[in-house]
Amino acid sequence: MTQTILESPSVGNGSAMAVEVADLVKRYPKAPKDSLAGVTFEVRRGEVFGFLGPNGAGKTTTIGILTTRVRPTRGRASVAGVDVVADPVRARRMLGVVPQLNNLDRSLSVRQNLLFHASYHGVPRARRLQLADALLDQFGLADRPNGRPDDFSGGQIQRMMIARALMHSPAVLFLDEPSTGLDPAARLFLWEKVAELKEAGTTVVITTHDMDEAATLSDRVAIIDHGTLLALDTPGALVRGMTSDRTLDCTIEPGPGGDVTVLGERLGAVPGVSQAEQLEDPVGGSWRFRIYVEGEAAPFVAPVAQVISALGGRLTDVRLGEPNLEDVFIHLTGRALR
Amino acid sequence: MSTTATDIGHRVTSIEGLPPWGPWKTGLAILRRDLFVTGREFPIFLGQVILQPLFLLFVFGKVLTELGYARPGYEQVLFPGLVALAAVLTGLQSTALPLVIEFSYSNEIEDRLLAPLPIGAVAVEKVIFAAMRACVAAAVMFPIGVWILGAIPWQAGTAVAVIVMTVLGSLLGAAMGLILGTYVPPNRINVTFALVLTPLIFTGSSQYPWPSLSHIRWFQIVSALNPMTYVSEGLRGLMVPNVPHIQTWICFVVAIGYLVVLMVIGMIGFIRRALG
Repeated sequence: MTQTILESPSVGNGSAMAVEVADLVKRYPKAPKDSLAGVTFEVRRGEVFGFLGPNGAGKTTTIGILTTRVRPTRGRASVAGVDVVADPVRARRMLGVVPQLNNLDRSLSVRQNLLFHASYHGVPRARRLQLADALLDQFGLADRPNGRPDDFSGGQIQRMMIARALMHSPAVLFLDEPSTGLDPAARLFLWEKVAELKEAGTTVVITTHDMDEAATLSDRVAIIDHGTLLALDTPGALVRGMTSDRTLDCTIEPGPGGDVTVLGERLGAVPGVSQAEQLEDPVGGSWRFRIYVEGEAAPFVAPVAQVISALGGRLTDVRLGEPNLEDVFIHLTGRALR
Repeated sequence: MSTTATDIGHRVTSIEGLPPWGPWKTGLAILRRDLFVTGREFPIFLGQVILQPLFLLFVFGKVLTELGYARPGYEQVLFPGLVALAAVLTGLQSTALPLVIEFSYSNEIEDRLLAPLPIGAVAVEKVIFAAMRACVAAAVMFPIGVWILGAIPWQAGTAVAVIVMTVLGSLLGAAMGLILGTYVPPNRINVTFALVLTPLIFTGSSQYPWPSLSHIRWFQIVSALNPMTYVSEGLRGLMVPNVPHIQTWICFVVAIGYLVVLMVIGMIGFIRRALG
């Protein structure tokens, strides 16, 4: 079915990497310091690469350089083996851009937006007609191909911009803050489409300040702040690298005559548990404990429940406190992202 | 609908695997888009460019002369100047306003800046397209002139030169618009238009022959600085040679010189706006 049209061009023979960036520096005129202070990374072919950082971290500047819209002060950057600084015209044939803000051609219909974009990129007429229909279908826009962009919702506008960017079969697709301002349904649709693109082999570079988005979509995540790359790995590896404690937050229904002090001592004595701390119970009638453990938290659920039932109580709720990307971010930058 | 990789044609494997493509083809595709959009709204476009010169021609060329406030024959002096005015002003407005909107509010230009052609070529396309609109505006002045004035000044031997000068005037206006559209911040464009357009219209020698200003020396000097003066005077010399005018070759040389200078300034502004 239409799945195949999303199949990506594989990247140039000469380069195993879809994106290569080396010692990239950007200082805007009159700025007191570098917006990018020497960033180096590579994006592999066919991977979804997440760029995570707060506003002003340097994400947009990096994407701007890679998409030939910003000239770097120093350093090298290439997309699909084409140097974006030395040969921006050729590089633009290899990359597709979905910007943060609506930049669709308001004088043209949805379908015409796709068709003219393809004609700018030299896609032959027969192919662009076929591709436009297939992409409109794929992105749920086939029912109103002749509508003007102004008459569509934010989520639909974004789908149009993705469909447009795919019209010239780019080797690398850049999505800048794609889910900003989308409702949850539109966000899920977007995530699905990105997953499909990845499945079809398209390299996707996505910037976001949304932890869930970065963790869900990306094969690898780069964390950037103040123009410096702080970490680069799979979301799982970034989280595993965290040294912070795992916790179990337990709610316990005490048995008849149960003693909270004894329970605390017994829980603290479970092998691998470093501390059991009683928390205030907002509702009343139950006991709440936060248990700090070494290693993964999940294996401790059973022994903890055993200790509780041995004292006649019942474990009614347990929440595992695993560190997430947000904790990684806070650990690296010393502040929360939002 | 079933679409497979094979029936939608080639798959790109590398930049070498892409079919050969010249940036000028991208430029033509962008020009085709502009023509497509304008063509769809052609009557609106005509109304836009016709009304102002139509009224100028009617009031100054017809009403004032018939009422006796202007000497008979004034309309013959006025007509070439109004052709110049239509060319320069339409050119200017056709680049300045869209650029301001596209760079600030709609961001529409981004898709063209991301197309495979040099960024400067996007500016050149804008200027060429605006000049095409300006040439249409100048051309419709001729039938309107015949209609309102009954006859328009015309020398059989200078038709080609008139066309070349009109094209030059259109390009000059478009180049001025490129400068306005790229250097002026969007929130100032209204003020700038008022501050630039009015002096441009009234110091461009379109309503009077430049040599006749010798009694008002300072105004003659100011008018000599306005690029439009050379278009008005050039057309006047070609269409009503018996009226005193700046020599035609001087008009061509100065107009071309201005065009080069304005284009260079405009291109620098455009590239600065387009590249972060």
